[in-house]
Amino acid sequence: MTGQAEFLSALLDAECSAPDGVLGPSGRPAGKRFDVYRNNVVISLTEALETGFPVVRKLVGDAFFGAMAGVFLRAHPPSSPVLSRYGEALPGFLKSFPPAASLPYLPDVARLELALRHAYHAADPAPFDAEALSNLPPDELMSATLSLAPAVQVVASPWPIHGIWRANTDADAPPPGAGAQAALVTRPGFDPVATALDPAAAVFVEALLAGSGLGVAAETANEADPAFDLSQILGLLLAQRAITAVKERPTL
Amino acid sequence: MLDTTPRESRLPNCPGVGFKSQHFDGLMTEPGPVGWIEIHAENYMGAGGRPLAQLRALAERFAVSVHGVGLSIGAEGRLDPDHLARLKHLVGWLDPASFSEHLAWSTHDTGYFNDLLPLPYTEATLARVCAHIDEVQDTLGRRMLLENPSTYLAFAETTLAEVDFLREIAQRTGCGLLLDVNNVFVSATNQQTDPISYLDAFPLEHVGELHLGGHDEDRDDAGAPLLIDSHAAPVVDPVWTLYSHVIARGGARPTLIEWDTDVPDWPELRAEADRAATYLGARAPVE
Repeated sequence: MTGQAEFLSALLDAECSAPDGVLGPSGRPAGKRFDVYRNNVVISLTEALETGFPVVRKLVGDAFFGAMAGVFLRAHPPSSPVLSRYGEALPGFLKSFPPAASLPYLPDVARLELALRHAYHAADPAPFDAEALSNLPPDELMSATLSLAPAVQVVASPWPIHGIWRANTDADAPPPGAGAQAALVTRPGFDPVATALDPAAAVFVEALLAGSGLGVAAETANEADPAFDLSQILGLLLAQRAITAVKERPTL
Repeated sequence: MLDTTPRESRLPNCPGVGFKSQHFDGLMTEPGPVGWIEIHAENYMGAGGRPLAQLRALAERFAVSVHGVGLSIGAEGRLDPDHLARLKHLVGWLDPASFSEHLAWSTHDTGYFNDLLPLPYTEATLARVCAHIDEVQDTLGRRMLLENPSTYLAFAETTLAEVDFLREIAQRTGCGLLLDVNNVFVSATNQQTDPISYLDAFPLEHVGELHLGGHDEDRDDAGAPLLIDSHAAPVVDPVWTLYSHVIARGGARPTLIEWDTDVPDWPELRAEADRAATYLGARAPVE
């Protein structure tokens, strides 16, 4: 009898021959016929990773990506059939994958691509009237809390993460600068958008995402950088349809 | 076990296509004979965004068939309760005309392997598959269709013919069958058996849907033909001939054109649906 555990371990080990009891026509050994399943698994999961991480692939090249995917998919096969979620373990994997050590920003690029994919499938935001925010007197504004759309995420990095991503997705983009950068991920319509954030603005949005009131989040951002511009980041969030509700008192 | 009295499929008796997002505009403006679409369940399990918006818009105009590729009905282990719950949610809000899955497995303790892996046909695997189908139908509260696989190899322990295995499943669980005519051609070529005999033995009275698709051609180690179910090419003439045989024997059935890789522009896919419509002998109803 050929158990599924045995079938699978032979499938994932290219050095291993087909299990006994698995045959071609006329009782011949399965040989290349078993390889069809082997190829289907490796190729389809590699393609799922290529679809999810196009910039990582561009940065390392097709051959490197294919070899890396072969190692990754055996160590971290999908935990569910919903492949739009596949690859959540890739940033962590890349951090400790010695062949990728010369590209230390690669795990953060993978995190940004995961965030964009999450945004693509995120729940649709509730409609929001920007006047609900602009009509608030300043003191009430600072005690308000903001709800952000399910697509909104911040990917902060010690590397110029947005610049690297943009230089590999937009032929007209300038070369990436130097230093730490964060990317704001939003979905104003159906297509996710990544926008560069300065460090203080990133601190602000991260505080909002963690549930802080607007005043507390702005204070934290001011401590990070006294030049923090609250109206600029609120304008960006509104333009990106990232705000879904304003509550006038912080929830306790 | 569900009520086993034969029921008409709610899919219209005309061609359908496997939906790809790039065909959205073509389908909405020039559907030709296409009266229904099929989606892969696992691609519509996100929370929102374009996939669900397109699906909602399509569902207002076309009948929808939900085709699962990841339930792993042939697995040795139990069905994944989280995945079954996701499926129940999708089928619950969409209320599709049909739900179908495969006679195959893809999940083991260690993960999901994204291929339709084969199983031996024995009394033990028959009992297991039937128990899983009972669970699916009880959970979803509806009858499902089970699809015959493309196979590339055989198991020494197999004691039942595939057709008998499928008929027994339909009789024991009350599920319907989805007959993939390309899979019949691929498997018969690979197993060096006769596809017409397979079709003549197939319990067409249980069939609620037909599939047509393309395959790739290769050779095995001994130089024998090895066909691979790729859904990456047009339907070949021998498969159209088998399709015609099925229609002649069992009457018109809802027929899907599957094209999942190297997907062509809409007019080329629609031409395949046009060809199926000529076999079905009827154009889709004009509104």
